[in-house]
Amino acid sequence: MPRFRIARFDPESDKETWYKTYEVEAMPRDRILDCLNRIKWEQDGTLGYRMSCAHGVCGSDGMRINGVCALACQKLVKDYGDAEEITLEPLPFFTVRKDLIVDMDDFLERIGSMSPYLVRAKNPPEKESLQSPEEHRKVQDVIRCILCGCCTSACPVMRENPDYVGPAALVWAYRYLYDSRDGDFLKRLEKLNEPDGVWPCENFFECTRVCPKEIPVTKSINFMKREIKKHELP
Amino acid sequence: MIFKHDVLIVGAGLAGLRAATEVAGKADVALLSKVYPTRSHSGAAQGGIAAALENEEPDSWEWHMYDTVKGADYLSDQDAAEILAKDAIRAVYELEHMGVPFNRTPEGKIAQRFFGGHTRNFGEAAVKRICYAADRSGRVIMDTLYFDAVKKGIKIYPEFHVVDLVYRDGQVAGVVAYELATGEVHFFHSRVVLLATGGYGKVYKVTSNAFASTGDGAALVYRLGLPLQDMEFVQFHPTGIWGLGVLITEAARGEGGVLRNGQGERFMERYAPTIKDLAPRDMVSRAIYTEMAQGRGINGRDYVHLDLTHLGEKKLAERLSDISSFVKIYLGLDPAKDLIPVHPTCHYMMGGIPVNIDGAVTDEKDRAVPGLYAAGECSCISLHGANRLGCNSLLDLVVFGRRAGMHILENLDKTPWIDPPEPPEREAAGRIKGLLENRNGEKPVFIRRELQQTMMDGCSVFRDEAGLRKVVETLAELEKRACDMSIENCGKRFNTDLIDGLELRNLLSLARAIAVSALNRTESRGAHSREDYPARDDEHWLKHTLVRQTDQGVAIGERPVRITRFQPKARTY
Repeated sequence: MPRFRIARFDPESDKETWYKTYEVEAMPRDRILDCLNRIKWEQDGTLGYRMSCAHGVCGSDGMRINGVCALACQKLVKDYGDAEEITLEPLPFFTVRKDLIVDMDDFLERIGSMSPYLVRAKNPPEKESLQSPEEHRKVQDVIRCILCGCCTSACPVMRENPDYVGPAALVWAYRYLYDSRDGDFLKRLEKLNEPDGVWPCENFFECTRVCPKEIPVTKSINFMKREIKKHELP
Repeated sequence: MIFKHDVLIVGAGLAGLRAATEVAGKADVALLSKVYPTRSHSGAAQGGIAAALENEEPDSWEWHMYDTVKGADYLSDQDAAEILAKDAIRAVYELEHMGVPFNRTPEGKIAQRFFGGHTRNFGEAAVKRICYAADRSGRVIMDTLYFDAVKKGIKIYPEFHVVDLVYRDGQVAGVVAYELATGEVHFFHSRVVLLATGGYGKVYKVTSNAFASTGDGAALVYRLGLPLQDMEFVQFHPTGIWGLGVLITEAARGEGGVLRNGQGERFMERYAPTIKDLAPRDMVSRAIYTEMAQGRGINGRDYVHLDLTHLGEKKLAERLSDISSFVKIYLGLDPAKDLIPVHPTCHYMMGGIPVNIDGAVTDEKDRAVPGLYAAGECSCISLHGANRLGCNSLLDLVVFGRRAGMHILENLDKTPWIDPPEPPEREAAGRIKGLLENRNGEKPVFIRRELQQTMMDGCSVFRDEAGLRKVVETLAELEKRACDMSIENCGKRFNTDLIDGLELRNLLSLARAIAVSALNRTESRGAHSREDYPARDDEHWLKHTLVRQTDQGVAIGERPVRITRFQPKARTY
């Protein structure tokens, strides 16, 4: 019977985070989210966490599981086979609103600052704008992003430099920078060249390690750094 | 607090977003969502969106319309199916122009693939009609529309759970919503309310649906005494991951995957000789249940195999990478080498809130309810009739979400502000308080589990009278127990325990509407398969079901089916 140690915090009544331990019946192939649900539904209705699709698509249940940011619905009990207990904590760097629930507004605003939409140079044709499979392949990896926040939360640079726009926002910047249909390439590159753009990244690769959708985040950031150099932006 | 917007859209999935972006800039519009934005269940759609673009082979909107009607077992209102198939082409180009990253053909056009029930020349053979972005089509379309909504400055209220429609003298005055972050109950005053709250697969134990899919909008309408339509038609998707119900897209078969029984036989050849594994979902789900019932499940058990081993790693990586990762994570299997254990999983509700082709909600006499609209899975146009075709759902959301937005704008000048009864949030606040103060009842989870098991046992792929009667009786008991349930968490902040309780009430009333409608329809059509009435009966049952709550109990009514181009024929594939 796995033991769960779960971080609890209510900003209205708690001065600091405290931990509560629960034991729950579980099979090795149960998701961590299944265990959380059993705890909440059967043992402690006051526990706060987000979830919805339960299979790694909606991005709601990002949290720190035994010290590593991940989706609770994508990790199974057996993945922590040797651990005596499984510790669940909210995503670091994010502001905690209750227990495992964090504020996502700031995160989405960072992504919004990268203009995550197509800017067309001219009016689109009557039918689709043409794009070769090779051009499409450039964004094939980054369109897997589900906005869960794991990468940004895991990034060591974010904690030192909260002004850094962060890996998730850079994934979205990449997604439109290399969309062959977009007409704002240079403007996007200039934005990335700003002090809080790509340059604070120090290649810790934590974002890449934790990404539940296996997006090559660091590689994408480095690619954009090289692009800026290639264009000799100041 | 009181908030005020001309147009209030409940639900920020694809239908809600598409309607909102249509209205934005021309009227004051706001979106309310019980989940955080971008978490809506439209994002879980994998396969793609149907449109007769003819990028890969000859196709036409008439064929698409025919397939939709035949797939629906002729219960589709054909004016709606015609709009869908015709407007599909414009709608997909519009999405492409917005930036949706569709896969491409070698010439750079939008790539298209096969899918269940989509055929060329009125059923001759499968046709490549599905536009897709790998197997995350819903997610990328939703994200594109979400950031378009943000760019347009649309006000979004995240994590607000709607608990009441405010309705006075047959007109809508707004909604009452519970704010998760604070536990406050607010009144949203508006001239128009559009419900886009999605489906309610969570009435079943095995489902591909999200936890949030609890049918809140449909339940609100039902509670007001307005009808719901065609509730007996519940789609079970043939390929849910065994035990979990997580969806494996039909695109897996569109790309060449096949189903095999315990003898290794490609059994769909017997059930649908022409298009085999690409038969519509209702037929494939019935075939799987039949194989299992006759002892041809894998090792005689309750699943069959989906075989993708011949597709090759490149195709799996470029077109089916999400489902490959699900199989790897949850089953520890590699679809390039291993057979995938699957069984049917509750996936989509064909029924819902009756609306006309402009999204206006209609009452039992087919009159539009002033100021009230619905779009997406919570609505019933009825487009999908007795069985929806894959990839017609994303299409429905963007085509009819937009149409609702356009119609709202056209009629806004004629839509007055209705003064609410004072204070409109009092009743809901009292109901919530009562629920929180009741200390000795059962927890919602135990009632919910029984509900989900009951529906699974007696009201899933195959049904009969005895089973359905038992379901209706059990549901009445569960509803009684739910009246007395207790919520452990009395806190104000992010009290999802309370939401579980509120959702349970919605699930229970919708489950009853499904079961009563299923008991009433004594024929088999599309996804509604009665073992005691195995044949389709056009003479008596070529009509829609209306179900509504009255002071005298549940009343069943009917509505004619609008047939324009295609007369009902035997449905074989």
